[in-house]
Amino acid sequence: MGMSTQQIIFMVLSLVALVSALGVVLSKNPVTSVLCLIVTFFAIAGHYVMLNAQFLAVVHIIVYAGAIMVLFLYVMMLMNLNSEIEPQKRNWLKYAGAVSGGALLVVLVAALRDASVPALSESSVEIGLIHNLGKLLFTQYVVPFEVSSILFLSAMVGAVVIGKKD
Amino acid sequence: MPVQYYIFLSIALFCIGVMGVLMRRNAIIIFMCIELMLNAVNLLLVAFSKMWADAGKVDAGSAQLFVFFIMVVAAAEVAVGLAIITMVYRNTHSVDINILNRLKN
Repeated sequence: MGMSTQQIIFMVLSLVALVSALGVVLSKNPVTSVLCLIVTFFAIAGHYVMLNAQFLAVVHIIVYAGAIMVLFLYVMMLMNLNSEIEPQKRNWLKYAGAVSGGALLVVLVAALRDASVPALSESSVEIGLIHNLGKLLFTQYVVPFEVSSILFLSAMVGAVVIGKKD
Repeated sequence: MPVQYYIFLSIALFCIGVMGVLMRRNAIIIFMCIELMLNAVNLLLVAFSKMWADAGKVDAGSAQLFVFFIMVVAAAEVAVGLAIITMVYRNTHSVDINILNRLKN
């Protein structure tokens, strides 16, 4: 079976994403988990590029790998967590969690295996560029954009109020 | 390329996130697994947007902006959530969720 370049890239990115996502869950050291999650986010950004969502890929890297993960690392280093501090769950509880997650996987795959969906083609290469999305964002979606700025302001105020020493 | 590949990849990532939430006790790791689930859903939304745009049903730009707004909300959520976790750590000197199962004391 010959595979196209697109499929090979998809397989490699998916493998990286899944292995590093497992690393997030299974690694004992929290800092390793954060680094694995960053690798996962980069793989997902690669998928966005392959789906012609270039702007979203860049935003994803800036917001997640650049801002959110740095915040996570910062909090983790402030708390000085390491593997021996984290208490371990009882073993049967861990197995129960893994089995329930696996059961969810089996159910979802079985439900969606025969779903009939149209295939992806190579038509809209330019739609995800910032030129198009910016125009759309500042004309049709300018009200949600402004509302999200208010959301950010309130989140910022909330974070400062919650986090400050009293 | 069939969109099923993306569906199965997103399901796998989502289920790994669910497993992490159920298996770990560190509140920060659980928060990270929630982020992982959110990103699996975002990936699926982008794949569906391309699928329906190719079929001529929706405007792909609007669909991608929807994902963009999800990222905005996620960023705000992380800021507040990490502030709460920091506050809990300051009060209890632990991020073990078993200590947090009773909010009093």
